[in-house]
Amino acid sequence: MNAHPLEQQKADPRLVYDDPRLEPAALERERRHHEASWPDPRGFLGWLRSTDHKSIGLRTIVTAFVWFAMAGVLAALMRLQLSRPENTILGPDLYNQIFTTHGTAMMFLFAVPVMLGMGVYLVPLQVGARAIAVPRLVAYGYWMLLFGGIFLFAMFFANVGPDVGWFSYVPLSGPEYGIGKRPDVWAQLITFSEVSALVTAISLIVTIFKLRTPGMALNRMPLFVWAMLVVSFMVIFAMPAVMLSSTCLILDRLVGTHFYNYAEGGDVLLWQHLFWFFGHPEVYIIFLPALGMISPIVSTFSRRPVFGYLALVLSNIATAFIGFGVWVHHMFATGLPQFGQSFFTAASMMIVVPTATQIFCWIATIWTGRGVRFTTPMLYVLAWFFVFLIGGLTGVMVASVPLDLQLHDTFFIVAHLHYVLIGGSVFPLLAGIHFWFPKITGRMLNERLGKVAFWLFFTGFNLTFFPMHILGLQGMPRRVYTYPAAMGWGSLNLLASIGAGIIAVALTVYLINVIVSLRVGAAATDNPWDAADLEWSTSSPPPVYNFSPQPTVGSRDPLWHTELTPPFVIGLNPEKCEVLVTHLLDAEPDHRYPTPGPSIWPLLAAIATTILFIWSIFSPWGVVWGSIPLFITLVGWFWPHRGVPPREMERELARLEPREATS
Amino acid sequence: MAPLIQSVLHPAGVQAARLNQLWWVMFWVCTVVFISVLTALAMAIARGRRSASNASDATLTGSVGAAVGISVAALLVLLTASEITGRDLDALKAQNALRIQITGNQWWWDVQYLNPDPSLTVVTANEIHVPVGRPVGIVAKSNDVIHSLWIPALHGKRDLLPGRQSEIWLQADRAGVYRGQCAEYCGAQHAKMALTVVADLPDDFERWLSHMRGPAPPPATESQMRGRDVIERGPCAMCHSIAGTLAGGRTAPDLTHLASRSAIGAGSIPNTRGNLAGWIADPQHIKPGNKMPATGLASEELQALLDYLETLK
Repeated sequence: MNAHPLEQQKADPRLVYDDPRLEPAALERERRHHEASWPDPRGFLGWLRSTDHKSIGLRTIVTAFVWFAMAGVLAALMRLQLSRPENTILGPDLYNQIFTTHGTAMMFLFAVPVMLGMGVYLVPLQVGARAIAVPRLVAYGYWMLLFGGIFLFAMFFANVGPDVGWFSYVPLSGPEYGIGKRPDVWAQLITFSEVSALVTAISLIVTIFKLRTPGMALNRMPLFVWAMLVVSFMVIFAMPAVMLSSTCLILDRLVGTHFYNYAEGGDVLLWQHLFWFFGHPEVYIIFLPALGMISPIVSTFSRRPVFGYLALVLSNIATAFIGFGVWVHHMFATGLPQFGQSFFTAASMMIVVPTATQIFCWIATIWTGRGVRFTTPMLYVLAWFFVFLIGGLTGVMVASVPLDLQLHDTFFIVAHLHYVLIGGSVFPLLAGIHFWFPKITGRMLNERLGKVAFWLFFTGFNLTFFPMHILGLQGMPRRVYTYPAAMGWGSLNLLASIGAGIIAVALTVYLINVIVSLRVGAAATDNPWDAADLEWSTSSPPPVYNFSPQPTVGSRDPLWHTELTPPFVIGLNPEKCEVLVTHLLDAEPDHRYPTPGPSIWPLLAAIATTILFIWSIFSPWGVVWGSIPLFITLVGWFWPHRGVPPREMERELARLEPREATS
Repeated sequence: MAPLIQSVLHPAGVQAARLNQLWWVMFWVCTVVFISVLTALAMAIARGRRSASNASDATLTGSVGAAVGISVAALLVLLTASEITGRDLDALKAQNALRIQITGNQWWWDVQYLNPDPSLTVVTANEIHVPVGRPVGIVAKSNDVIHSLWIPALHGKRDLLPGRQSEIWLQADRAGVYRGQCAEYCGAQHAKMALTVVADLPDDFERWLSHMRGPAPPPATESQMRGRDVIERGPCAMCHSIAGTLAGGRTAPDLTHLASRSAIGAGSIPNTRGNLAGWIADPQHIKPGNKMPATGLASEELQALLDYLETLK
């Protein structure tokens, strides 16, 4: 159902403890109401129309992992090629497509979407909301991710895979040197992922600001929610830069503009500034949600609230701000004046401080906890300290301009970025999947298989990437499809390739664990880990309406301090799938809002957008003619809802009046 | 042939030595930090297992604050070390330095030894000689896409940007042969874009430089004569130039002193007669994607050509 201003109504923020509607029988009646009225479309068509944030979040995560697996296979091929000097399994043309597609898919189709997908799934549950804000837009974002990924890999298999590196420097990617349509494929894939990330970020911000359940003031928000809030803002500020740069590139290539053509007054460094102004924050967009997952895991398995909540929140925000001031450290080798060097070196080193603060807060949490429980998620998090510290410290090294002149664009950087991205983000992500799997599926992952996968992954990861530091110092540049035997890089490369094989085995074990546990895993209780956040208060898996009754919170760790918890939210109209909108700071009830139901229009709009994007690679007219079907789908999407005639609605509101009391 | 030295950790010049020093400062500080943090984590785990701690939040705040303070101090040390190194690197600029202009091309290096008197300019490719103990100012340019000049034994890298010109200052302090390589991904054959750097004693260098100023020696034998004809009348001269002959193409490496260079194909393979023959017969086999087309020379033309090229010392 679409929103209508008339349906928005002031709710009464009174707390009612002895209301008859809190009787178990009344609550059960309300639950059955929700059960009956919240749409849960079945079947394939239902799946296409779904606007349930759990369904969209889960499919985003699964889709992102499919792209992860495909990009991982590409990585394995690269390691195969580099396993010995002067290898000839892959030629330069294919190798260059492979490493570009690997990087592009990992960054744009896996890392960012999977984190946003976790946010889409978890944030409404963690803030105690019945639904996500603007769910149809989120559904649209998912379809754009799916079509973008299919597009990239289809082009790759058609030998039109991008081959200019995941940051596609001009003029190599420009009209003069970029072969055929390969760089266009890259640039348009960026457009797909931008659109997808931006709409998801908007939805998350609105959800976090306006749909938190009563009592969840900003200073009681779970840290994962804080991380997603900060990251969503970063997406909104960072993505326009890459949108601008890739659009200018497409224009240069398609209609002969000269943004990057130095012969006509354009500039090749402009690309690098615009790209990295997005590209560096991108790293934190991937990294901060991972940190947000660490907090609840550390807290749960140390059995105490996380220490330094305020410091952790402020660290998140500080990282986001400083993250926008360090982009030039990707460009030190282009030559900078001394003052600029000092500024960006200092900024890049400064960003260590908030991250260090978080590390120390977690150590303090463990220190004063009631004994660490060595579950698989906790093992991943403990390993995170080890691998991320290495990645972070090599990050400090490359922040120094002079030293970076030696390390930049070598295998040292390949090692560094994988320690930061896999070590910093994928370890917590795998921990998070283990941690929330029971909530998402209703079944526990097998701990024994989980630990086997963990140890294999940890070993394989370090075996693959640690030797790369040394290779870089020994002079091996990145992005080379081969190297002479005389350089003496053979044995370390072989070691790295063996490690890559172990990673492949580890992830296969992880996947087997997921598949087996889905079928025969132990049934999960509502709160199998004895964790503190709201998502653990509802059933596993949660019903389509998330909670019944909707809980409120009285502390930062609501499930650990039930004595502080005020009563539930009542008085929302289940027939209209209403969600409670609250005030930004203190989450006091503001008004009720009927959440839009399932719709096929987001999918149709995404198909129309996809046609426009792909067509415009080949002709500027694609934008003109392609906008017509897009326009039609958007009209369908936003067509005013005619379900309830206004008079009918007035009467209904009058009828609802006495049911007002909430929170 | 001398072993190829292309390592950050084996500096052969003052700039690389400073960077090597900075590397070890960073390495040790970071190692200490790494071990300390992991020790703290291990202690936290061990402590948490023994019994519930009753440290108050205020104590914890103090400890975390102190840890952050120590981190900031360590960062300041590293920042200072980095600044000092940066300033030292800038100090090498000198008036009487040797000036070399290196221009990046897909996928080879065009080299010019600049001289106020243009007639004394030396043009060569893919191999440079530098005098030991004298600062060298390299003017870095690019003719097509972005490349990056990196000779780890002498200095860090510097991007070669089309439409821009930049400078890098280095100095070799030990005679020897060093290897440099393009470090910015520049297309199909980025992997095979290497540069040989020979550090000569000053006298050897001057001898080498004045030899390089001369044109190619005239062919001495019938076969060499035929070889030169193949170049001048065939497709070779469209792209390559050989001083003293009609070959004057400027879009491919200068061949005037080809035989004096240690490698061909920008460091792809050693410069031997057999390799050269293979390269000329089918350049796309050794370096797929490079700009040199197969020449389709008859066997005896190829042999004559090789006879001639071998004289280009």
